[in-house]
Amino acid sequence: MTGFAFDLPTVWALLVAFAVLTYVLLDGFDLGVGLLFPWIGDGEERDLAMNSIAPVWDGNETWLVLGGGGLFAVFPLAFAIVMPALYAPLIAMLTGLIFRGVAFEFRWRGERGRPWWDRGFFLGSLAATLAQGIALGALVQGIEVEGRAYAGGWWDWATPFSLLTAIALVVGYALLGATWLVMKTEGRLHDRALAAARPLAFATLASIAAVSAWTAFLDPVYMQRWLAWPALLYSAPMPIATGLAGWLLIQGLAAGRDVRPFLAAQSIFVLCFVGLGIGFYPYILPHDVTIHDAAAPDSSLIFLLVGAAVLIPLILAYTAHAYWVFRGKVDPRAGYH
Amino acid sequence: MDALDAVLLARLQFAFTIGVHIVFPAFTIGLASYLAVLEGLWLWTGDDRYIDGFRYWLKIFALTFGMGVVSGIVMTYQFGTNWSVFSDKAGPVVGPLMGYEVLSAFFLEAGFLGIMLFGMKKVGRGLHFAATLIVAAGTLFSAFWILSVNSWMQTPAGHGIDAAGRFVPEDWWAIVFNPSFPYRLVHMVLAAYLSTAFIVGAVGAFHLLREHTNGAARIMFSNAMWMAALVAPLQLVAGDLHGLNTLEHQPAKIAAIEGHWESRAGAPLYLFGLPDMQAERTDYALAVPHLGSLILTHEWEGEVPGLSDFAAEDRPYAPLIFWTFRMMVGIGLAMIAVGLWSLWLRWKGRLYDDRRLLRTVLLMGPAGLVALLAGWITTEAGRQPWTVYGLLRTVDSASPIAAPAVASSLAVLVVVYVVVFGAGIYYLLHMMGIRPHHGEEGPHRGTPVRSAGITPEASLAERGATP
Repeated sequence: MTGFAFDLPTVWALLVAFAVLTYVLLDGFDLGVGLLFPWIGDGEERDLAMNSIAPVWDGNETWLVLGGGGLFAVFPLAFAIVMPALYAPLIAMLTGLIFRGVAFEFRWRGERGRPWWDRGFFLGSLAATLAQGIALGALVQGIEVEGRAYAGGWWDWATPFSLLTAIALVVGYALLGATWLVMKTEGRLHDRALAAARPLAFATLASIAAVSAWTAFLDPVYMQRWLAWPALLYSAPMPIATGLAGWLLIQGLAAGRDVRPFLAAQSIFVLCFVGLGIGFYPYILPHDVTIHDAAAPDSSLIFLLVGAAVLIPLILAYTAHAYWVFRGKVDPRAGYH
Repeated sequence: MDALDAVLLARLQFAFTIGVHIVFPAFTIGLASYLAVLEGLWLWTGDDRYIDGFRYWLKIFALTFGMGVVSGIVMTYQFGTNWSVFSDKAGPVVGPLMGYEVLSAFFLEAGFLGIMLFGMKKVGRGLHFAATLIVAAGTLFSAFWILSVNSWMQTPAGHGIDAAGRFVPEDWWAIVFNPSFPYRLVHMVLAAYLSTAFIVGAVGAFHLLREHTNGAARIMFSNAMWMAALVAPLQLVAGDLHGLNTLEHQPAKIAAIEGHWESRAGAPLYLFGLPDMQAERTDYALAVPHLGSLILTHEWEGEVPGLSDFAAEDRPYAPLIFWTFRMMVGIGLAMIAVGLWSLWLRWKGRLYDDRRLLRTVLLMGPAGLVALLAGWITTEAGRQPWTVYGLLRTVDSASPIAAPAVASSLAVLVVVYVVVFGAGIYYLLHMMGIRPHHGEEGPHRGTPVRSAGITPEASLAERGATP
């Protein structure tokens, strides 16, 4: 190893973290639209909400597979410990995503089935979000490891803390969904989303404060990491930056701005993710398994890095292109259906 | 006993989810190539019936591809949930191979599917044909990686084992092109082509039985019968070569398939029999003398292995794979017979006129997929009791998860799959029931289709140009 820049496990940890963050930012808002579905008027409004995410949601979910597949390929030990530890939430997430994925397509195939697939869309989004929130909580609170395997029971993930993170993520994704609809739609759906976004913004900020405070007392290591030098340099501005983003969000909503609330909400997610990363590093499973413990041998890491270096920028470029093509408000007449 | 039950349930779960999954990619692989052929013939001949057929199957392709993607996501995660020790130990080898599969599949979705499905008017014929060809090549590329993983588990090569008991890649070329890989790849791709051919043939036959002169249906039926006549015999040869390769690397699997207990020269072929694992014999055997040796060694007095050569704990479960193998071969022979029958009628100029052939082909619509599943059960159950053949036992590969957890997740997955893929197959059959007609349209523009990919703007961009 010739230093940080060429340390393959670190490079891959950044890549996998990037895939997971991209997933949260992108699928977060379309899962959020699903979470808001029961409060969106039947008929035209729902069609419009669907149309606003139809062109991009599949690409958004791609990042989950890249993150999960990447974890298997380059950090097989972490994959082997996390998956059994999160057994039930993962099954719930996968079935939720299946339902929601096909509901998207099947709801257009006939009037008769549509109310059922709409319900599937909401419940699938809810199950997937709750499961992801629980997974986050379970990871942060720590997983019992013995040797090279998960050593806990199959209900260990169910704690008051993981319940809190699950609710926090539902609130947060709903906020992303609401601000997305504010940005992308007009008329009654826009007004409805705007009305929902305000309380969701406050609830999200409160949840972040609650989760952060609880995390600091959960394991003193987190506190030490956040307050240690030089990490303090990065972690100290985090609450300030989050507060600023929160102010921009609430102020933007009050001023009836279209784009700013969405970007502010996304920044809040980025800041939280970075804060989490500082608390984790150099562990991949706090505080048992480090990035280096979990990494596959360099021969595996290099082999896949070649392909990833070529294909991930291409996928990013395509994705950016898709968002560019679909920029602006969704035209209710020209959308899907 | 409890641990064993959890392992058995985990195996059942894997078998169920992959059994549902494999049907969609197999059909996708075959259909992608068929679509390329149809579009190529259309460009070459200018005959509009080809483009009608192309657009007809394109709609079905879109939905099938989507269901393949959805059912595939579960597979990746299942390696971790139920087979975590396998993931830890074999991950450094199989993980990157699967990583390449994921990357290439998404690369395709990102770029070319949208153009293939919706972009005909936007990019012009030449570029569109290029997109179709790339999609067809891409589905084969996906199969390449997945079959490489599977073959490595059957005939591992190119790896070392480190202090933690992990398989460590040493020679990627030897890993990817492990000894059984070329045979398995050819056998599987031909199986995908034949399965697709018989579905296409059945749809053609269905519509010909109702409308004898339907042009697009005639093309489907004729193409499918060419495939039966040419590819089914080829598959017999490929299967034979694959069998010889298996005899070399996995003799216990062959012994179980054959129902042979004692190794011997000039072994018979059992057409029928009930292998009994406890009594170590095959009951009610209906034997053809010497044929077993002839098939396996291509010699009248060839030496073939018996299950008794292997320790009891190293034997695959013969009663299952004895029969799945015969089911696969039986269907394969029936396909060859249909191919010959069609050649005869074609020569007589009555290919579309004999309703007995049309009805037979209609009945045989799902035959290819059944044979493909039977073949996969044979090779996978025949790999037992190992996950990495000869090196890592299945019982030592599973997650530390209790049986009730595996059982409940299996139950949840069965319910969800029945609802979701039941609905999907219903929609597919509904589409196949619609009569192909002149001026066939492509996939409905403006309908979200998962397989429109991650940049489906083509599906919307074109709408402005059409009334």
